[in-house]
Amino acid sequence: MSFLNFLVSGLSLGSIYAIIALGYTMVYGIAKMLNFAHGDVIMVGGYICFFATQRFGLPAIIGVLISMAFCTLLGIIIERLAYKPLRSAPSLAVLITAIGVSYFLQNAAQLLWTSNPKVFESVVGSDNVKVGELTISYVTLLTIIVCLVIMVALTLFVNKTKMGKAMRAVSEDKGAAQLMGIDVNTTISITFAIGSGLAAIAGVLLCSAYPTLMPTTGSMPGIKAFTAAVFGGIGSIPGAFLGGILLGIIENLAKAYISTQLSDAIVFAVLIIVLLVKPAGLLGKATREKV
Amino acid sequence: MSNEVLRCENLGIVFGGLAAVDGFNVVIKEKEVAGLIGPNGAGKTTVFNLLTKVYEPTSGKIFLNGNDTQGETTVSLSKAGIARTFQNIRLFNNLTVAENVMVAMNQSMKYNLFESTFRLPRFWKEEKEARKKALELLSIFDMQDLADVQASSLPYGAQRRLEITRALATNPSLLLLDEPAAGMNPAETAELMENIGKIRDQFGIAILLIEHDMSLVMGVCDQITVLNFGQVIAHGTPAEIQSNPVVIEAYLGKKKEEE
Repeated sequence: MSFLNFLVSGLSLGSIYAIIALGYTMVYGIAKMLNFAHGDVIMVGGYICFFATQRFGLPAIIGVLISMAFCTLLGIIIERLAYKPLRSAPSLAVLITAIGVSYFLQNAAQLLWTSNPKVFESVVGSDNVKVGELTISYVTLLTIIVCLVIMVALTLFVNKTKMGKAMRAVSEDKGAAQLMGIDVNTTISITFAIGSGLAAIAGVLLCSAYPTLMPTTGSMPGIKAFTAAVFGGIGSIPGAFLGGILLGIIENLAKAYISTQLSDAIVFAVLIIVLLVKPAGLLGKATREKV
Repeated sequence: MSNEVLRCENLGIVFGGLAAVDGFNVVIKEKEVAGLIGPNGAGKTTVFNLLTKVYEPTSGKIFLNGNDTQGETTVSLSKAGIARTFQNIRLFNNLTVAENVMVAMNQSMKYNLFESTFRLPRFWKEEKEARKKALELLSIFDMQDLADVQASSLPYGAQRRLEITRALATNPSLLLLDEPAAGMNPAETAELMENIGKIRDQFGIAILLIEHDMSLVMGVCDQITVLNFGQVIAHGTPAEIQSNPVVIEAYLGKKKEEE
């Protein structure tokens, strides 16, 4: 395997991290909370797509759409039931609740679908394309393309639509936003809906690349993506992309050239160094407290 | 004749035993500019927070355009026609000038998530109209050329003007201005006075303003209410207030202390 190959597979892994990191960063930006249940929504997305395509024999694209619809709804329900009542509670209470929701989802999945790993068949098959010396699997290609599409679409959404402007306004000043007639609860719901819908896509892509599906499938990528969000500057959408992709590449190159066992340690070491130099992350803005 | 836009009856709020505002009454009609003055800590901004339901009043009633606002929320009141600015500027700093104005028009835009995702005609039409209207509003203060500048990079006076423009974008019938001239130089204050008159005439709205700059208050207001320690101590025309001994005492203290 050449350096270019490692780079492309790193890019693909990074794309998945980036899509997940978006969910973390958007929710953090707007609700100022770390939604640690986000990783488990990915796992639910994977299962829904698995059942739709492999049990009920639906076409892959329908499976993905069903999975997205389900996760979007799940995200809204989680927000309404678990986080909305805590809107004015201390952030620690919200954090603990998020961890609680995470365990709830994992255990519910274990009860419903057992802890036996399921073998997820890639939604685009296991073929490759050859570009010169480079061999790229369809999944890798798809992941990178999907990530690019999401990046463009989301940037347009946030910058050019009224919901996007409302989201940015709410993330800055909830009180002032309300006084301008922006419904904060609806805006937060939309944010959770988008984040969870993206989590479903990430779940399908993740399971297509790494085909073992278990109730804990989402937790490690979830943590990594959270790291990516912090790396890029939590709250920043371009930051989540940059952080995700860099993290994927660093992880893959570390695996290839240094040590597979140490790759995670290297990833987190890089994170620590970046945060020492730029505490707000790569693209994060240093916040100034106005008195 | 002109209609009543705002009527407060015995409005009051108690914070842990302290009556921050008590028995506040005011009636403001269409095209009328009312002033709310008083020493620091008199409860002026608290009145604004009551009117916009940032705080729920513990007593009294507020009528907006003749309707009781009981049960309304901050958001629904914004839709019903109350807009405000803030004492310490609270713009959306990461948004551009035009976006700050456009975000305040959200409630009047009808397109949904689906239409925006697929960029259907209504999305383009409404976004285009909003942008056009935003530029129109910005031209009141001659700020249309700054439309694509990030709000945080505006000079201080322009930020205050943008806050007023943003408030106007919600299409209010009552505009609450919290110290609009704070930190402005005399030339800017004079210009602001002119613009407040212009806004009243052009939009036909009622304006309630809190201000410490007496030249502005006396120059632009039709009626003035004076608060001290949460109580209304005087009410009347600018001329009446200027010569009211109770007001002078509240601001300057009693003669006795000077001796």
